[in-house]
Amino acid sequence: MHSPDTDATRPPSMLRQIFLTVLVRPFVQVVTGMDVIGREHLPTDGPAIVCANHNSHMDAFMLLSLFPARLLHKVRPVAAADYFLANPALSWVSLNLIGISPISRTVARGADVLAPARAALARGEIILVFPEGTRSKDGEMGPLKAGVARLAEAFPEVPVIPVWIEGAGRVLPKGAHTPVPMNCTALVGEAVAWPGDRPRFMAALRARLDGLAAEAPPQHWAA
Amino acid sequence: MPDSVVQMFEAVPPALAWGLGGVAGTLIVATLIMLALPVLKPSGDWTELRHRIWSWWVIIALVVVAMAFGWVGVTVLFAAVAFIALREFLSLAPLRREDRLIVLWAYLTIPLSFGLIVLDQYGIYLVAIPVWFFLITPFLMALAGQTRAYLATVATITWGVIVCVYNLGAIPLLMRVPAEEAPAGAAGMVFLLLLATQANDVLQYCCGKLFGRHKILPTVSPNKTWEGFLGGWVLTAALIWFLAPVFTPLTPLHAALIAFVLPLAGFAGDVTMSAVKRDLGVKDTSRLIPGHGGVLDRIDSLTFTAPLYFHLLAYYALARY
Repeated sequence: MHSPDTDATRPPSMLRQIFLTVLVRPFVQVVTGMDVIGREHLPTDGPAIVCANHNSHMDAFMLLSLFPARLLHKVRPVAAADYFLANPALSWVSLNLIGISPISRTVARGADVLAPARAALARGEIILVFPEGTRSKDGEMGPLKAGVARLAEAFPEVPVIPVWIEGAGRVLPKGAHTPVPMNCTALVGEAVAWPGDRPRFMAALRARLDGLAAEAPPQHWAA
Repeated sequence: MPDSVVQMFEAVPPALAWGLGGVAGTLIVATLIMLALPVLKPSGDWTELRHRIWSWWVIIALVVVAMAFGWVGVTVLFAAVAFIALREFLSLAPLRREDRLIVLWAYLTIPLSFGLIVLDQYGIYLVAIPVWFFLITPFLMALAGQTRAYLATVATITWGVIVCVYNLGAIPLLMRVPAEEAPAGAAGMVFLLLLATQANDVLQYCCGKLFGRHKILPTVSPNKTWEGFLGGWVLTAALIWFLAPVFTPLTPLHAALIAFVLPLAGFAGDVTMSAVKRDLGVKDTSRLIPGHGGVLDRIDSLTFTAPLYFHLLAYYALARY
């Protein structure tokens, strides 16, 4: 397994830029027809924390497609090291094409798993985080892990932008291998201001995401 | 310009070139009005209108490019339109978790139907969806084992495929008519269909805005009025009546029949999709086309006018079908 701290020194890659703009963007458009509501709330520069619900591998591709090409070198999905660095091929794709910032989900007590994300923010990058920590069952948002609150606390001036992704869990749910084209919507909300403590931050973030979900078109299973 | 491109445009019948020029001219006037409005009336919000007119330019550019490539171009364009329309419909309609792969199966009707048109298999095209897709799909859904809301879901999926795929197939079918069968070629017939359908939408809207008093279907489409409906009907019928001899091989009597019924079909398609959207609780089927909404919002009338136009032409005038 690669050591997570190697990513700090990785230079911006032309290959990744081409992969994201020439392959990922058209793929997202065909397979999800992604509509964006609230585009004006997206950060126009780093550092920023973008928090989204997580039902599908499509989520990261959709979030990456939200940003203009000139910002992409600063945008990094934070993704589980145990999954995305599991073998050399996937690891190469994850690090070099998708450009993830790996985060450990299985770590000894006391180790600082957030160090790479913190370093990315310190470098002025936009990190994409899925606070559920895993893909939830399609159509649901699981409990949010508090790591994002610790990041927000460390960088209280960095905007935390909530994004609700509607429909991706139908295109490619957990466990499925065949993507089925269905329209999806990304709803971008106003930044969540740091309220002074972590529990209030988490409550505010969850409320903001629930609020965006309520605004989404009915792009979900009826039952 | 390469010779092949020059030849492509030289092959355009003069009537069609004039028709497309007329549309472009109308749009230039609309664009100039749009640019003048913020100066004349700075208090108004013209963003929506501006988006709508720019989108019209893109739509017309796509149609012109497709027609320049002949029936292949038009077939590819409408296969893409059918795909996006069906994706919009199946993404908003109430489907069940177990229907995920059935959705993928439903998309296969697009390469199937449009492929049959490419292969000149009109007879098989006519039954492929209404007989075989309609039989196999409920069977596959039965195999999936979920019977809750089974009947309603079968109806939803099959209706969506008829509207978004089968009905739009009428346009590539028309494109396969030999050029000598129509005064301005196959593309001329398709041009009149698209022009009349979209003109009906625009004229109904404009008449409604100018003269609308009495609501026609308030529970389904609260902005539609009798004045808009009747105004659009009369003006579109006149348009079809004057242009039918230029673009179609119809006799005056049959041209009058199409002029009379086509605007009604356009209104019916519009209102039917409004009822669907109202049931689903959405205003637009997506946000793909700025100022218009989704592809299905733009082509709702066309899904009704295309088969009507095709079948009347086929019955009265076309040797091929």
